[in-house]
Amino acid sequence: MNDATETIESFVQSDYKYGFVTDIETDSAPPGLDEDVIRLISHKKQEPEFLLEWRLKAYRHWQKMTSPSWPMVRYPAVDFQDIVYYAAPKSPDDAPKSLDEVDPKLLETYEKLGIPLHERERLAGVAVDAVFDSVSVGTTYQETLAEHGVVFCSFSEAAREHPEQVQKYLGTVVPFTDNFYACLNSAVFSDGSFVFIPKGVRCPMELSTYFRINAAKSGQFERTLIIAEEGSHVSYLEGCTAPMRDENQLHAAVVELIALDNAEIKYSTVQNWYPGDAEGRGGIYNFVTKRGLCKGARSRIAWTQVETGSAITWKYPSCVLLGDESIGEFHSVALTNNCQQADTGTKMIHIGKDTRSTIISKGISAGRGQNSYRGLVQIKKNARGSRNFSQCDSLLIGNRCGAHTFPYVEVGNPTSKVEHEATTSKIGEDQIFYCNQRGIETQDAVNMIVNGFCKEVFRELPMEFAMEAQKLLDVSLEGSVG
Amino acid sequence: MFKIENLHAGVEDKSILKGIDLQINAGEVHAVMGPNGSGKSTLAQIIAGRDGYDITQGTMEFRGRDLLDCGPEERAHLGVFLAFQYPVEIPGVNTTYFLKAAVNEVRKARGLPEMDAVKFLQYIREKAKLLDLPGDFLKRSINTGFSGGEKKRNEIFQMAVLEPDFAVLDETDSGLDIDALKTVSHGVNQLRNAQRAQLVITHYQRLLDYIVPDIVHVLHDGRIVRSGDRDLALELEKRGYSWVAEASATLPA
Repeated sequence: MNDATETIESFVQSDYKYGFVTDIETDSAPPGLDEDVIRLISHKKQEPEFLLEWRLKAYRHWQKMTSPSWPMVRYPAVDFQDIVYYAAPKSPDDAPKSLDEVDPKLLETYEKLGIPLHERERLAGVAVDAVFDSVSVGTTYQETLAEHGVVFCSFSEAAREHPEQVQKYLGTVVPFTDNFYACLNSAVFSDGSFVFIPKGVRCPMELSTYFRINAAKSGQFERTLIIAEEGSHVSYLEGCTAPMRDENQLHAAVVELIALDNAEIKYSTVQNWYPGDAEGRGGIYNFVTKRGLCKGARSRIAWTQVETGSAITWKYPSCVLLGDESIGEFHSVALTNNCQQADTGTKMIHIGKDTRSTIISKGISAGRGQNSYRGLVQIKKNARGSRNFSQCDSLLIGNRCGAHTFPYVEVGNPTSKVEHEATTSKIGEDQIFYCNQRGIETQDAVNMIVNGFCKEVFRELPMEFAMEAQKLLDVSLEGSVG
Repeated sequence: MFKIENLHAGVEDKSILKGIDLQINAGEVHAVMGPNGSGKSTLAQIIAGRDGYDITQGTMEFRGRDLLDCGPEERAHLGVFLAFQYPVEIPGVNTTYFLKAAVNEVRKARGLPEMDAVKFLQYIREKAKLLDLPGDFLKRSINTGFSGGEKKRNEIFQMAVLEPDFAVLDETDSGLDIDALKTVSHGVNQLRNAQRAQLVITHYQRLLDYIVPDIVHVLHDGRIVRSGDRDLALELEKRGYSWVAEASATLPA
């Protein structure tokens, strides 16, 4: 790990110490980032010219940026020249050879969550030849989707097969200039998903089952683009309740959603990246930019997230409400235990008339966890008659953890209405004693109280995931009471 | 069935109970009365196993088991129930779910099979009728937004569902109007039988018109200073607690 006092600039401006020349034939680049590495990535993915140009522009801009210091999280500086930006396929040499080499705590968690044996190896990143038969299942789904004209493929494939859509929408919601990590992602993104729902189509399935069995390693710089045309509807689920281990400590993903007139996108995330051990060693840094643009009138974008993993989480799934009468929603449960840190929340930018947004945020801190809600509600001058309702609740377990709330509210006209409610509570001894007195053990009582606290958010998740999320919280909270 | 001998307890340096002796046989209902600060609620909390009290002397057993050696949930599994003076709110946890968990924990501890959802729902609906509870009661979060009276009624409803062999009612009558008092008392009386016992803690004689005790104890300054039949309660009502306080001052130490 680098000296925490070294700044990003010093890396960016220093001479390139590895002095390597890109060999276009190789399958992985040495650690470090320069224009050649970006050309290599683009070339390997057989991307159209415009995409390479876009990546390079982003890279040039990124060199002028510094990593943000405002989030309420602490971590040593990241050495961006120590990261491998292109490696395909992932070298099996680095991966554990079998489950015997994996953190026993992690295996225990799989056991508790009831993850099938064959999936455990994939999740733990064990190097195995053929994990299981996902190709045939995937193909079946692809056919059903194709019948409805739905495109659902990897981002790289979309860049080759649907370049006009990619070019039209990429970076229109999260421009590469947006922030440090989004800019880095724009330059070096490895892969991700692309979804296109044509006019008037209601996507025939939750785009979740498919995703879960096909969630091949898309790397640490994932890029997702979802476009819902007029009157269409899609529900997308990302992630997995099982803790995912990854050799890459830094994850910087970008997700862009675009909803045209009367379209609706529901994006649910269950995120459980490896949080590190009880002392916080080895966890993932999850720095994500997620934003949805309600471009059309009466469009609607709803984010639902359950965040229990990562050593550090830094993300603000947001909605830009451009179309008149469009609706943005954010429902979040973020849990931090042991040494985890989370700075998460949302932005609701009201631009169109009579736009509405709802924010329900539930933060749970246990152990030495630090949990911050940071949210912006901005109502522009012309967004007449707009409304926002925010509710931010924090729950503390024990007395070594922390909860923080940073709400920002800007209202630019007199006809709009903003409501903000916030509560902080501690699981009380009296609540636990009450449960005990009825015969319920302390850990079960804590789980019950926490799940009750999160109920409003779980209600927004697809049914089977709501159940899994609940179980996930139970497991994540284990040992949180003495 | 339930026996306390020479129980001394307190918090930090303050002693609250100063040598309690109490024996309750199966089938009996005892009442404990006493002025504010006499230790009534402490007694109830200690029976249920609340943390934070130092028990410096004495024993407490239930059906031969040493209760002081059991955690609160184990006591519940044995059949000890406390109707709280101040029932606790648990937002987001609905009453049915909570009670199903409670009933099944108790059943599990006793080696009985868990009750399934359908059977359980039928079971609690009947119990809800007994206490004249509105239909949505079962769906609401535990005590959240309940009025004082509703909370008390919920305690007795839970008692009816759990069917404890030994129930302690801590000032269940406070905050109840006369109609609710009747309903609640009816619920409590339904649970009376030759195998069970109850300990009713109250300030007022009025409750004892409905839940008729076999024995009344007067608690004063951490000691039971007088025990008698239910006429003692009536006399207390007439003469006030100062009468017992004066009388107790003349008792041999």
